Amino acid sequence: MRLLDLFRRRSQSTQNIAAERLRLVLTHDRANISPGMLEVLKDEIIAVISKHLDIDIDKVVVNFTEDNRETRLMADIPVHTARSRRINDRA
Amino acid sequence: MAGKIITVSSGKGGVGKTTTTANLSLALAMLGYRVTCIDADIGLRNLDVMLGLESHVYYDIVNYIEGHCRLRQAMVRDPRYPDLCLIPAAQTRGKDALRVEDMDRVAHEAAEMAQFVLIDSPAGIEHGFRYDTTPADLVLVVTNPEVTALRDADRVIGLLEAEGRADTQLILNRYNHELVRKNGMMSAETVIDLLSVDLLGIVPEDTRVLGASNQGQPVVLDDRSAAGRAFRDIARRLSGEELPVKALEQRRFLGKLFGPRRKELA
Ligand SMILES: Nc1ncnc2c1ncn2[C@@H]1O[C@H](COP(=O)(O)OP(=O)(O)OP(=O)(O)O)[C@@H](O)[C@H]1O
Ligand SMILES: [Mg+2]
Repeated sequence: MRLLDLFRRRSQSTQNIAAERLRLVLTHDRANISPGMLEVLKDEIIAVISKHLDIDIDKVVVNFTEDNRETRLMADIPVHTARSRRINDRA
Repeated sequence: MAGKIITVSSGKGGVGKTTTTANLSLALAMLGYRVTCIDADIGLRNLDVMLGLESHVYYDIVNYIEGHCRLRQAMVRDPRYPDLCLIPAAQTRGKDALRVEDMDRVAHEAAEMAQFVLIDSPAGIEHGFRYDTTPADLVLVVTNPEVTALRDADRVIGLLEAEGRADTQLILNRYNHELVRKNGMMSAETVIDLLSVDLLGIVPEDTRVLGASNQGQPVVLDDRSAAGRAFRDIARRLSGEELPVKALEQRRFLGKLFGPRRKELA
């Protein structure tokens, strides 16, 4: 329990908060898209994909990854299949 | 051979560009190089005061550009280190008193007479930024380890990159090693990771910097100043010496001892 507390405090240190906030603003600055516009983009992606696939809209994640100043837009879109539906029904 | 033109830039204001220009210029002169520093912050002249040369100023860069004096006359020689010269900014004019090609000409003419030419830029990414970075062989981006300053530094680095300028290096100023150790400040490692830029040096937060600026005696002249030592190290790196950045070395060493550190940012 103690150790966990220590961990939690560390992950919420000023250092980590600062780094995380910086990472976020840099990503959006570099890609030249505001966080709000990214949400709009995400909704549009969902709308297009939904026309062709049965997707789990609540679990869609759209964000940027950075690697050596190279920015990538990543979309993680869970798809409902016959199998996933069976598993979900059982749960 | 013409000297190397180095522009000191930042994005955000007040992060230590003028302090850096004054100290690196003086440190390079102390190493025996002929150095000319140019105050390009037209209208907000400061470099003369930081170097303690304000009472020696007769002409300024705009006087030269407008043909009122020769370049030699606009150059103020430092009585302590005669290898160091300053070309002062005009105090009562605006940034538009200089065109990009004017600064380019002054910098290259100065580089004919010196081994290093350092240009102290105004803050921002407007006209002043253009005329200061155009002649540069190397752009030093000065920043503080805080989110706002780093974001602006990244913007400057991005603009320089877009222009295809490869030689851009970072100086992390007002670093507090103690605070970093207590996880209260971003580490140099995290900063260069996020900005993906080469780090030329780390200058610690040092109360002596203020007194030095007020007295016109830059901290490189003070042997007891940690910031002064850092600037002297950076000057040696600029002169081509291989000198590792200590904070990064220490971490690497500890890293080897205790195995790889958990990556702070996934
Ligand atoms: N390493 C340091 N430790 C402590 N104080 C510092 C350090 N570096 C700079 N300062 C202080 O920060 C202030 C701003 O420094 P400086 O004038 O060099 O910044 P600048 O980037 O040139 O500002 P501007 O954008 O207005 O031209 C000064 O009061 C200076 O004394
Ligand atoms: Mg300044």
